[in-house]
Amino acid sequence: MSTTTDALGPTSGNGAAARIAEVAAPGPTTDPHPPRGVVHDVWVVARRGLVHMKRQPEALSDATIQPIMFVLLFAYVFGGAIDVPGGGNYREFLMGGIMAQTIVFTSFGVAMSLANDRKNQAVDRFRSLPIAKGAVLGGHAVANLIKAFLPIAIMSVTGLIVGWRIRGSVVDAVAGYLLMVAFAFAMIWIGVLLGSVVRTPEGVQGIAFVALFPLTFVASTFVPVASMPGPLQVIAEWNPITTLSDALRELFGNPNTPTAAGDPWSIANPVAYTWLWIIGIVVVCAPLSVRLYNRSIAR
Amino acid sequence: MTSALAIEAHGLVKRYGPKTALAGVDIEVPTGTVTAVLGPNGAGKTTAVRILTTLADADEGTATVAGFDVRRHPNEVRRRIGLAAQDATVDPLLTGYENLVMIGELHQLSRSEAKRRARELLEQFSLVDAADRVTSGYSGGMRRRLDLAATLVARPQVLFLDEPTTGLDPRARNELWEVLDTLVGRGTTLLLTTQYLEEADRLADDIVVIDRGKIIARGDARSLKRQVGGDNIGITLADDDLLEAAAGLLASCTGHEPVVDRPLRTVTAPTTDGVAGLAAVANALAEAGIRVEDLSLRQPTLDEVFLTLTGQAIDHDENALEEAHS
Ligand SMILES: Nc1ncnc2c1ncn2[C@@H]1O[C@H](COP(=O)(O)OP(=O)(O)O)[C@@H](O)[C@H]1O
Ligand SMILES: [Mg+2]
Repeated sequence: MSTTTDALGPTSGNGAAARIAEVAAPGPTTDPHPPRGVVHDVWVVARRGLVHMKRQPEALSDATIQPIMFVLLFAYVFGGAIDVPGGGNYREFLMGGIMAQTIVFTSFGVAMSLANDRKNQAVDRFRSLPIAKGAVLGGHAVANLIKAFLPIAIMSVTGLIVGWRIRGSVVDAVAGYLLMVAFAFAMIWIGVLLGSVVRTPEGVQGIAFVALFPLTFVASTFVPVASMPGPLQVIAEWNPITTLSDALRELFGNPNTPTAAGDPWSIANPVAYTWLWIIGIVVVCAPLSVRLYNRSIAR
Repeated sequence: MTSALAIEAHGLVKRYGPKTALAGVDIEVPTGTVTAVLGPNGAGKTTAVRILTTLADADEGTATVAGFDVRRHPNEVRRRIGLAAQDATVDPLLTGYENLVMIGELHQLSRSEAKRRARELLEQFSLVDAADRVTSGYSGGMRRRLDLAATLVARPQVLFLDEPTTGLDPRARNELWEVLDTLVGRGTTLLLTTQYLEEADRLADDIVVIDRGKIIARGDARSLKRQVGGDNIGITLADDDLLEAAAGLLASCTGHEPVVDRPLRTVTAPTTDGVAGLAAVANALAEAGIRVEDLSLRQPTLDEVFLTLTGQAIDHDENALEEAHS
């Protein structure tokens, strides 16, 4: 550690110590402040997470510029080379997949926040404060849910500009966005799980690159499953990212892979199958990941 | 608070795998007093602080802080304490102001009260100009100040400072000491850790000396110094032919066999008489007509304390290794 001058700053000396004591010593009336409840604490931590995003240029571009780039890239550069089986506009096919991918990456965001908290010792700082149980994880969850929906909103608008439309009913469209919220919520617990096991920002980035990213590509996110070779096709058919993409296409009334008689149940019922995954992840992962995380920070 | 003891810990044991970081430590700090935990790197100081501040669970033993059991009522403890960890833990992406407001809010202050406290503290710690800059751009000293301000947001009854002056220059250290004096004068209980006997002596009512997870000595500075042979009188001579004469003189004044360092032309011996002892030596030297380049009274260093208490030197290499691993 480097030697530091000016412990109390340039204006210290003459009475500075007394003035500090004046504002910092326990007064006769300073009772500890009563708890304001878990919602308050969650929101304080969440606000911090949002400020973090604002201050990290790369995270901010992940959430704003990148989704626009993705839509434009796939719509105009790759789009021409990809056929949607059963016809239909690729740009419209694309939107469901690209939204699904963004939602999946919520888990990455959560794991990154947790890893950065460890690195900066925010974990200890929080643990020394009288915070409601679960408020720190809750705050990360809320911040990352909000973070997930900024790009979704931006992509929706970009999509509208390049010709994507919601062609189904309003009820179905609402169900589509609801499905995204629910899936993002489930992804948070995957993120906490990841952040409990992989403890450095670099490690999280590595996992995202070797596991999360490929997983979003072995799916119907950008190309129809039918175009994939045998074994990959089977994985893709049961990959919940495929069914999330397909479910969104179905609910928004966009072109989708037409279902045939021999299709697996997942492909034939993408909405139901995706909800099953969401419920499964939340029921299994949420309690497990919270326990693992709490154990990982108690040293 | 009604309890006479702000901190009361009994038989604290903490193991990390095969390594025992704390091997049964008792600490009692009366309300409104200062206790210094003195020890070299790797002694277990941070581990003890972490247990007392609810950051770590002890494997054995009990601890009460501000009247509440750290294990059973951690949040009651947290509401009443402030902790400055060994490395400043301010949020690098938030501004100084945002850091303090957030900590105030998490201390359950209302948002407006937290903002008021933040402004007040930034002013007293001379951070007003930097208030709206993110702390990643702060100097080490500014970060330390903000960290200290953060620990004071909720006017804590019990303050824990883990090596607060390591790395500070003497002036900054003196200023911090002055602040701590005043805080304690107004009722704050303080537990600090340090590697400097001088700091412990300057601030603490009680000193706990710890080594390899065990308490090897405790008491007020005076009794502790008596145990380690008090201060040292050092004589540096202008030329070395009178070294033996000076050594004999020092021995007769202090009653201790001095250590002679020929290349440095110094003789050193412990004294329990402080300045009076120094004056006696000065007189004797003048009478004997021995020309002296330097004559000093200084406190033993931690190394010397440990040599006396444990009969062995601090193993700096091993500790450096451990630091790198932790
Ligand atoms: N999280 C940890 N995991 C493993 N060993 C640890 C951990 N924390 C501390 N130790 C070990 O416990 C001993 C005491 O450490 P510490 O309390 O940090 O000492 P100090 O603060 O006095 O330098 C050291 O040997 C250190 O290596
Ligand atoms: Mg330490």
